[in-house]
Amino acid sequence: MSVTATDQPLLDVRRVTKTFGNLVACDAIDLVIKRGEIHALLGENGAGKSTFVKMLFGSLQPVAGEIFWKGRKVNISSPAVARGLGIGMVFQHFSLFDSLTAAENIALSLDKKIPLQDIAVRARDLGEAYGLPLDPDALVGDLSVGERQRIEIIRCLLQEPDLIILDEPTSVLTPQEADRLFVTLERLRAEGKSILYISHRLDEVKRLCDRATVLRHGKVAGDCDPRKETPASLARMMVGNDIKIARRDVATGGKGEARPLLEIRGLSQPPRGPFSTALHDISLTVYAGEIVGIAGVSGNGQGEFFESVSGEMRQDRADTIRIGGVAAGRAGISRRRGLGAAFVPEERLGHGAVPELPLTDNLLLSRYATDGGAFLRGGPLKILARHRLQSAVGSIVKAMDVRKSGENPDASALSGGNLQKFIIGRELARKPAVLVVNQPTWGVDAGAAAYVRQALIDLARDGSAVLVISQDLDELMEICDRIAVMNQGALSKTLPSAEVTLEKIGLMMGGADKAA
Amino acid sequence: MEMTQAILLTVATAATPLLIAAMGELVVERSGVLNLGVEGMMVMGAVTAFVVAQMTGSAWLGMVAAILAGAAFSLLFGFLTLTLVTNQVASGLALTILGLGVSAMIGESYVGLPGIRMEPIHIPGLSQLPLVGQFLFGQDPIFYLSILLTVGVSWFLFRTRAGLTLRAIGDNPGSAHALGAHVVRIRYLAVLFGGACAGLAGAQLSLVYVPQWVENMTAGRGWIALALVVFASWRPWRVLAGAYLFGAVTIGQLHAQALGLGLPSQFLSALPYLATILVLVLISRNRRSTMINTPASLGKPFVPDR
Amino acid sequence: MRIELVRRPQHSVLFSALSPLIALALTLVAGAILFALMGKPPLHGLYVYFVEPLTEVWSLHELMVKAAPLILIAAGLALCFRSNNWNIGAEGQFIAGAIAGSILPVMFPDFQSWAVLPLMLLMGMAGGAAYAGIPAFLKVRFNTNEILTSLMLVYVAQYFLDWIVRGPWRNPQGYNFPETRQFNDSAILPEIWSASGRAHWGIVLALVAAVVLWFVLSRTMKGFEVRVLGASPRAGRFAGFSAGKMTFFVFLVSGACAGLAGIAEVSGAIGQLRPSISPGYGFTAIIVAFLGRLNPLGIVAAGFVLALSYLGGEAAQVAIGISEKSARIFQGMILFFVLASDTLIHYRIRLIFSPKAKPAQEKS
Repeated sequence: MSVTATDQPLLDVRRVTKTFGNLVACDAIDLVIKRGEIHALLGENGAGKSTFVKMLFGSLQPVAGEIFWKGRKVNISSPAVARGLGIGMVFQHFSLFDSLTAAENIALSLDKKIPLQDIAVRARDLGEAYGLPLDPDALVGDLSVGERQRIEIIRCLLQEPDLIILDEPTSVLTPQEADRLFVTLERLRAEGKSILYISHRLDEVKRLCDRATVLRHGKVAGDCDPRKETPASLARMMVGNDIKIARRDVATGGKGEARPLLEIRGLSQPPRGPFSTALHDISLTVYAGEIVGIAGVSGNGQGEFFESVSGEMRQDRADTIRIGGVAAGRAGISRRRGLGAAFVPEERLGHGAVPELPLTDNLLLSRYATDGGAFLRGGPLKILARHRLQSAVGSIVKAMDVRKSGENPDASALSGGNLQKFIIGRELARKPAVLVVNQPTWGVDAGAAAYVRQALIDLARDGSAVLVISQDLDELMEICDRIAVMNQGALSKTLPSAEVTLEKIGLMMGGADKAA
Repeated sequence: MEMTQAILLTVATAATPLLIAAMGELVVERSGVLNLGVEGMMVMGAVTAFVVAQMTGSAWLGMVAAILAGAAFSLLFGFLTLTLVTNQVASGLALTILGLGVSAMIGESYVGLPGIRMEPIHIPGLSQLPLVGQFLFGQDPIFYLSILLTVGVSWFLFRTRAGLTLRAIGDNPGSAHALGAHVVRIRYLAVLFGGACAGLAGAQLSLVYVPQWVENMTAGRGWIALALVVFASWRPWRVLAGAYLFGAVTIGQLHAQALGLGLPSQFLSALPYLATILVLVLISRNRRSTMINTPASLGKPFVPDR
Repeated sequence: MRIELVRRPQHSVLFSALSPLIALALTLVAGAILFALMGKPPLHGLYVYFVEPLTEVWSLHELMVKAAPLILIAAGLALCFRSNNWNIGAEGQFIAGAIAGSILPVMFPDFQSWAVLPLMLLMGMAGGAAYAGIPAFLKVRFNTNEILTSLMLVYVAQYFLDWIVRGPWRNPQGYNFPETRQFNDSAILPEIWSASGRAHWGIVLALVAAVVLWFVLSRTMKGFEVRVLGASPRAGRFAGFSAGKMTFFVFLVSGACAGLAGIAEVSGAIGQLRPSISPGYGFTAIIVAFLGRLNPLGIVAAGFVLALSYLGGEAAQVAIGISEKSARIFQGMILFFVLASDTLIHYRIRLIFSPKAKPAQEKS
């Protein structure tokens, strides 16, 4: 290969722009990727990273700008074109098909006419070569998240791409799995392949990447060598200013005198559907004034656990769940709310709120049972008191700094962060004795995330028991007193946050503590 | 012997329209689209086949016209649900209501006219074999088409790449789109195929089953075909089995009426519908298997972002 | 040319109101084209269809006779559809209500009292509700698709009606005609203003039912539950609502409405049971429900529009020699257009004329 060919960038993106309606998701973005480098694309949620890479992969079309591939101007009109050029992609939310086998899933993304049998063989060989073992005949719906990612990566590698795009690959992995992934990526780099690595985790980027491009609000905020930056300087580029980190006063009093407000004893539950996780003998107590965190890779039963605690799924035995000392295992969610508990699910649209309904209705959604007297009139007729609902929405909006347009917009019209603040505010306004939150800051911008964390800390300080389920270890270590790990539907013992290290948690996530 | 043969033949004749319509709908539903307009497309096929056969004197031309009519009619549904992403349930009902209306109007002056029958194919020698000769080798062309269709759909879905893509779209259109599958285009093709099948099924009714035109002559067969797809857990060969089961029920109740078992004829006539309900209950009570088998995106609209 | 949809951040209030009107306008245009194709003068055809029936008092009465069952059934269906329960067997529940309500006047013709009529109406409601309870039960208990079961039960009800009027309930003095005895006066739903036409109190029942259901749906906790479970079952579960109970509730209410419509039709407009008592009201009511945007007040207006199409069909057959079956084509078209227009509420529609001109290809 001649010198000029090596110097020529593999990919050169110039002033690429994408709009959705009035929203400018990507605004004149420039990006250059050289051969054999791991290039990081950094940015907060909503900075435009996903939109940008979808344009590189042909799933979205830019409205302006140019893309040069190996020096030649190209129009990536579809993923098939991208794959033809030699661009492969591993998605963040896996684009896999639950009802198909691993081999069938791989076959779908290969343009060449290879018989299914051959694909299975090649996939197995390739997987072994890169340390990614795989059963080609397994139904994807039955696989763990880590195994699914392996399919994605093998699927991508089978096309022998020159550029591999990885969208937040470690967000679903345990630290140990992530380490293994890094080894695979470094091997690929050594073979001369280029990697575009999308992340918001600064330590990973510093450790792995040769260059980094930082996006903020759809624009390029900077271009740097991450190994020469500090996490603080990278964070500043990402966020634009120093974010306030939630602070909490060091642990208040011993548990000895504190009252247990949420008690879970021997909670087990068979899987509800074909692709859901069973829960195994979970026990946990949360005391007044503390925040307990549950870490773990998503898909290990967190959703099922949340629904069991909330009462959306009831238990057979009443004493499995106690709220404020009262056995509530057989009670539904309204009764559990009546006992002083409040719940914030992971999905905002379609679980915690109804997208098509206005905020007043969404306030009533979780409050009618406990605050019926305030929001309903007409006795047995139960007529909605619109004015009182509206003013209650107004005070939540004010207390939580929810930004919205219009008096009473539909929930779907709010941004993720603002809707999350509204939902948390809706529950906090009741001053609940117990709050259970699943993924409190998932998909939420940094400003709102800090606000939400502070609100949780304040609630605990006022004497409530708070249980936080989160994939974000940094978040848990920041706000929790104790942390446990959920793995395949079982819960580890809790550790005081002070004693927790990333490595320990990682081992627990992989299920290693059970053997010990 | 003669009797057995005759019963076998009539069962096949009663089962064939159900089989064809259900096979078309199976492909549509495998792509994630629920078209409740089968009854409407089928009745359009029946009237078109009858009228065109009358005008040209050819049952074959009638059949081809019915296939085209069914497909054309399904395009209305496709435009609504795929391009304008309207509610699929309501749009399917609209198609059925419109089809029943339009066919009644087109066929009004043809009611009571003697029809043109599509003649069975006789393979000399073979069709004279005892017991199964006529069943296997002496039936009308649409019967053979229905069997070919079953083989073809099964092969297409599970042995071809296009079939794999179609199943993938039915499972998760968003991911299929991200991989570069043309979700809307393939769903259009599936809907067209479903329409063509329903049209052919209608043609069988007015050219083979009872060669004449009667208003609403499908009499709920389109709906039974929809139920068959559920009954068959979206598998082609089970659709075949289900269709023949229903054909047997239909013929059985006709024979029972003829024998005069002392039961009012209306009760026997209602039997296929009650059987449909019973079968649906039996098959759907197992929630887990229903969940696994149902195409995951069935009935959900899909809008690609560009 | 390609059509591209762009999702609106918030549903459009303007198009929520306009969409039924757009649909009606499109139906008229399509109707005019249809008339022209059949060689009839289009404007005259539309006049005969949609204006002439409104110019005479007797036909205004007929309009109310036809609108009553449509409004009553559709108002109940609105509750079903809003909660994502697909009851499409209202035709069968209409028949079940008619039969149950006719028990008194047919089997006990000597029982004559002011109490007969209220009892008949109640029994009609109970009959319709009970019949609708079957698909609801099967859905809740066995997870069976309610669309198919409720529809199958229509055929069953039709055969049952056929049997009962030809068999056990046939009029002994009726010369073997397939019909029951004429109801006596105490079993007849009276006409409102008999001097000028046939309109009976069924229309009043329908209007009252529509207002009550509108209030329930838009102002009360129960209606809130309907809306939440319809839009998002999971959020409904989070709120603590039971989807199963809701299925029963809406099926029973809509079945009762259809049953009431059935007995009101038999007792008010026909005066006896016959093998066929409905020109497809139960199915046309589905169109009414959608044209009324699943809002019981909108349904009142939509009910009159669809009732007009029945009268227009009859008028067109007499005046310009078009089959009255054309009414069903109009009805089908209305539903198509209303569904299409509803897209505008949630999406902006962009027409893209040259398929090749993708923005990324622009050469600078």
